[in-house]
Amino acid sequence: ACLDPWGRRGGGPACLAQGLGVLALTCLSPRQTVEHGFPSQPSALAYDPALRVMAIGTKAGAVKLGAGDAASGQGRFGVSPPLPQTQHGADAGPRSPPSSCSPSITRVTVVLVPDDYRCGKALGPVESIQEHPRDGSRLLIGYSRGLVVLWEQNTRTVQHLFLGNQQLESLAWEQSGKSIVSSHSDGGYMVWAVSGAGQKTQQPVMSTIPYGPFPCKAISKILWRTCESGNPFIIFNGGMPRASYGDRHCVSVLQGQTLATLDFTSRVIDFFTVQSPSPPSPGFENPRALVVLVEEELVAIDLQTPGWPTIPAPYLAPLHSSAITCSCHVSNVPLKLWERIISAGEQQSPRLSSAAWPIDGGKNLAQEPTQRGLLLTGHEDGTVRFWDASGVSLKPLYKLGTANIFQTDCEHNDSLNQAGTQLPPPRLLVGCFDPYSDDPRLGVQKIALCKYTAKMVVAGTAGQVLVMELSDEKSEHAVSVATVDLLQDREGFTWKGHDRLAPRNGPLPFAPGFQPSVLVQCVPPAAVTAVTLHSEWNLVAFGTSHGFGLFDYYRRNPVLARCTLHPNDSLAMEGPLSRVKSLKKSLRQSFRRIRKSRVSGKKRLNASSPSSKVQEANAQLAEQAGPPEVEMTPVQRRIEPRSADDSLSGVVRCLYFADTFLRDAAHHGPTMWAGTNSGSVFAYALEVPSQEKFSERAVEAVLGKEIQLMHRAPVVSIAVLDGRGNPLPEPYEVSRDLAKAPDMQGSHSMLISSEEQFKVFTLPKVSAKTKFKLTAHEGCRVRKVALVSLASAGSEERLENCLACLTNLGDIHIFTVPGLRPQVHYGCIRKEDISGIASCVFTKHGQGFYLISPSEFERFSLSARNVTEPLCRLEVSRLQDTSCLRWDRRRGHRGFATAAPLHRRPPAHLSARIPGMHDSTGPPPRAPSPHNVDSPLL
Amino acid sequence: MFLSHQHQCWFGAEFRRFSLERSKPGKFEEFYGLLQHVHKIPNVDVLVGYTDIHGDLLPINNDDNYHKAVSTANPLLRIFIQRKEDADYSAFGTDTMTRKKNVLSNVLRPDNHKKKPHIVISMPQDFRPVSSIIDVDILPETHRRVRLYKYGTDKPLGFYIRDGSSVRVTPHGLEKVPGIFISRLVPGGLAQSTGLLAVNDEVLEVNGIEVSGKSLDQVTDMMIANSRNLIITVRPANQRNNVVRNSRTSGSSGQSTESSLPSSTPNILANFLQGEEESDEEDIIIEDSGEPQQIPKAAPTSESLESLTQIELHESTQNGFLPSNEMNLNHSAGSISMEYEVQDPDPKSLEEDGTIITL
Repeated sequence: ACLDPWGRRGGGPACLAQGLGVLALTCLSPRQTVEHGFPSQPSALAYDPALRVMAIGTKAGAVKLGAGDAASGQGRFGVSPPLPQTQHGADAGPRSPPSSCSPSITRVTVVLVPDDYRCGKALGPVESIQEHPRDGSRLLIGYSRGLVVLWEQNTRTVQHLFLGNQQLESLAWEQSGKSIVSSHSDGGYMVWAVSGAGQKTQQPVMSTIPYGPFPCKAISKILWRTCESGNPFIIFNGGMPRASYGDRHCVSVLQGQTLATLDFTSRVIDFFTVQSPSPPSPGFENPRALVVLVEEELVAIDLQTPGWPTIPAPYLAPLHSSAITCSCHVSNVPLKLWERIISAGEQQSPRLSSAAWPIDGGKNLAQEPTQRGLLLTGHEDGTVRFWDASGVSLKPLYKLGTANIFQTDCEHNDSLNQAGTQLPPPRLLVGCFDPYSDDPRLGVQKIALCKYTAKMVVAGTAGQVLVMELSDEKSEHAVSVATVDLLQDREGFTWKGHDRLAPRNGPLPFAPGFQPSVLVQCVPPAAVTAVTLHSEWNLVAFGTSHGFGLFDYYRRNPVLARCTLHPNDSLAMEGPLSRVKSLKKSLRQSFRRIRKSRVSGKKRLNASSPSSKVQEANAQLAEQAGPPEVEMTPVQRRIEPRSADDSLSGVVRCLYFADTFLRDAAHHGPTMWAGTNSGSVFAYALEVPSQEKFSERAVEAVLGKEIQLMHRAPVVSIAVLDGRGNPLPEPYEVSRDLAKAPDMQGSHSMLISSEEQFKVFTLPKVSAKTKFKLTAHEGCRVRKVALVSLASAGSEERLENCLACLTNLGDIHIFTVPGLRPQVHYGCIRKEDISGIASCVFTKHGQGFYLISPSEFERFSLSARNVTEPLCRLEVSRLQDTSCLRWDRRRGHRGFATAAPLHRRPPAHLSARIPGMHDSTGPPPRAPSPHNVDSPLL
Repeated sequence: MFLSHQHQCWFGAEFRRFSLERSKPGKFEEFYGLLQHVHKIPNVDVLVGYTDIHGDLLPINNDDNYHKAVSTANPLLRIFIQRKEDADYSAFGTDTMTRKKNVLSNVLRPDNHKKKPHIVISMPQDFRPVSSIIDVDILPETHRRVRLYKYGTDKPLGFYIRDGSSVRVTPHGLEKVPGIFISRLVPGGLAQSTGLLAVNDEVLEVNGIEVSGKSLDQVTDMMIANSRNLIITVRPANQRNNVVRNSRTSGSSGQSTESSLPSSTPNILANFLQGEEESDEEDIIIEDSGEPQQIPKAAPTSESLESLTQIELHESTQNGFLPSNEMNLNHSAGSISMEYEVQDPDPKSLEEDGTIITL
């Protein structure tokens, strides 16, 4: 699986402007750097107690290593050869001697089971092989029907037979080797005493079904950990009463009389415990933590603190706990705001343990991040999550909910759930993955945050615009509600979409953190498509598919509403939810189809009987019959210029505030700009009273200019450049000495980016200065643009402004500003990955994020200076070999250039159960493989 | 050498005869001025026509057809002048003179006009290009480069494209490669009315950029982005109507079909860029106080007009000659033609595009 790090079409970055490429040569060093979030579809978990690193394998064939403190390392490895043990098919791979990478069988031992084992039937397959904790020559072998054999490899003799007769699921040693525990399909487990050679044990020392007496589900894995302070820990997966909790994903922790059921929201894949590398007193393991990998997250439980609280994970955060609907990045966050957000976050989760992250191998060599970067993700359930995106690992800081402001159906549902699921033992709801949105209207569409004033705007699917303010104290207050009619008395339009969200009345309690002060509701309640905030002027601007509005949140009254709807546009009144729903439905169906085909694929592999071969042939024929028919009617595309009455032409795509020259060249002042889907730009001159007079005088907006781009492509971004060609600073940036004052002497210009071209116009008299027609020349369309400033590799001081643009083909193009000369372009995201392209955000200093799966952000860097990538060291002492593990992303897409030390001495059971790993690592699969490395959706 | 010309003008049937130097006919504008001067009608707009060797009454309204007209004088060139507002446009066309023995007699006969729709032929400045075949000299004969001029929203471009495959000659023999083809022409659309594009023509380039390796969606986006000045290079499905060059020995014609393209590209691009700048539509701005206006260029480039030599008017030549009455000076002109889309000289027509939304 050798993939070009950038090119889907081969070839690296293409520098267009030779000679002109000063910027390209000194500032640009584009590459993907690190993946954030939780790996999609994890399939295996392993922990090496000596190296103290954890490995997670995924169905796509990737292995992620987790080690040390926060940053030291999740990297993603490609595994070149499948490790030999994967072939064994046993539940857990045996502890093997250090093996080379090439699979080889050194010895085949046939274990002869004595005739007098009175089972009467076949033994069934081997379910479990466990190496003796102290003596590597002794293996415990468990057969499906219940027989367990202790095998001595040196003498090749059976040392001990345990004549179990319950269907066996798994085996585990007690660490002294004096007893073993077996778990069974009836939800029970048994403890057996191990004694001298030649023994046969008929009965276990103890046998119990912890969740009996009613029929229970199988216990698929069990661990036994001794503890100095008291009873041993018995930790097992499953075993829940079949009727009432059979569908739950539970891990139970039992210590003496204390039983806790950890209830997860997704399937348990595997778990392990972490103990101190050198136990203080021999004979006791004293587990520090239990680490559980479930399908959608990784959870660590502190076993040494009463109540077994969760230890917050420094990496692998489940970004997708609710589906991500939008994201936004804030660079250079002031320390004060940073601390306040952290504090608000800490007060939110009191049940978190303060214990250090237990997996502490390796050394982090990455430099401390030079600045604080905040990534905000908006979610389907109306939450906004704040992530520390300063370093290699994305850490959750704070979660802001907006659902509590509205009356939704979910509240009584919740109470029903609570009442109906009380388990007899203390049941702990663990983890945060909760993909079920209570009301799709709550979905967050746009976020804006002012990092200097801690003001924030969150706008959602039902036209709700929430103005929030960060408060360190909890509060109980009423949220003032205003509605803004964006149709402006246009006749003949009836909204057919969803209702607006009904706000809850009266004072509401709010925890410390961002608290809403004003709720503006757009009428009709269509999804908010653009939002912007100017905290110095106390103004928020918002747009939907019908128009845009301007709201003064200080005086709490609307300033302006403008309808952008074209008279013939009927689609705009449909409301997007119906289409979203059908899209989701079709996605779900196609996933189901994929799943089905996978299942049938597996069956086919095992099938050998003639009848199944016929079925297989038929199935293949049926599959092949599809495509040719589709080709019968070739797709054709209409070639026609955009017209004014194209549907959804009134959608407001961008809003912008600027202090610039709109009416004449002598006076600058506050302005607001709006761009629509049909290439219209509206510019308003704003009369904003001075700070002292804010309560006395109202803000006024006067239409200054309307610009109609003749090519009518959607306007995706508007920015004003000062006399020196630099983008205007953010509000308060200058007054707080964080940016140079803009040049108000030279003439300003305006950069308008449409989906097809970039154009710079002069101000105040609007005349075209320069332009670049991207679509006309390249056949690609603009999806995301951002003005980024890049420090050149040589000197920190030299900052170059440029325009970064992500196209619908997944390429990133860089242009000079304001010259609009193309500098460099390169492939970044596969063009088929529509959700990846749609999710992309650029940071101000030339980094960016996009989703590679619902749960993972890929981070990339355009800048040579501003790179965030993992760099860590893992000491492999047993080889007297100190190797530096560096995830060098330039060498390969899944970069594993220096992963060799791990291959030479694989961690004890890294290789256990990684189905599908070979799919991505061997020669390219011939059959369409469901586990394609290159497909982050899988 | 001086040539003798006869001018028949029916402003009260004025006849003039004067001479012109055949080798230096000058520009049409000068000639037009001369006519106005000779007839002492300096402020009257007139239509100018001449009879060619086949006896057709043909218009003179640009340098090209003026030069052509002068070159056909044998030795006399008969020029017909009509007052523009009274002009009978149907008088022009093929066979107009042979079917009627005498132009003049037909023109003078007052009784049988206005039976067919009149075609308006206006002055050069009233014309705008609809389509043209360009770069004939640098393209292989199997290719055709067509420029479509889209104005306003009255007439759609009117065509569709699809994926397909074409056969190419490669060093390994014939090879099937994916290509983009015209799949449909909308009746009455610009593409169909030019007659220069047809279903199953393979699209090779869009505004100078090769489409090979590009997806249908990419090519669609490129065409739409260029839709106001679209230049498509096609390999026509019907290869029998190809332009045959006069000099087969000239530089580019000797090159083979496929290999000639890259070498000629810089030339083509230069052409395109120039053309693009010239014909690029301008955005419209509406100031708070005033009227909508087009956004001017901040740094105006050389504002040379579209070279008329590239314009090929594809008029229908089926109109019979219906002479106007030379005596009927107040006869009003016919309706606006279907073929000639008369560009509204009033700038308001363009503004309306912008005001649909903004006003």
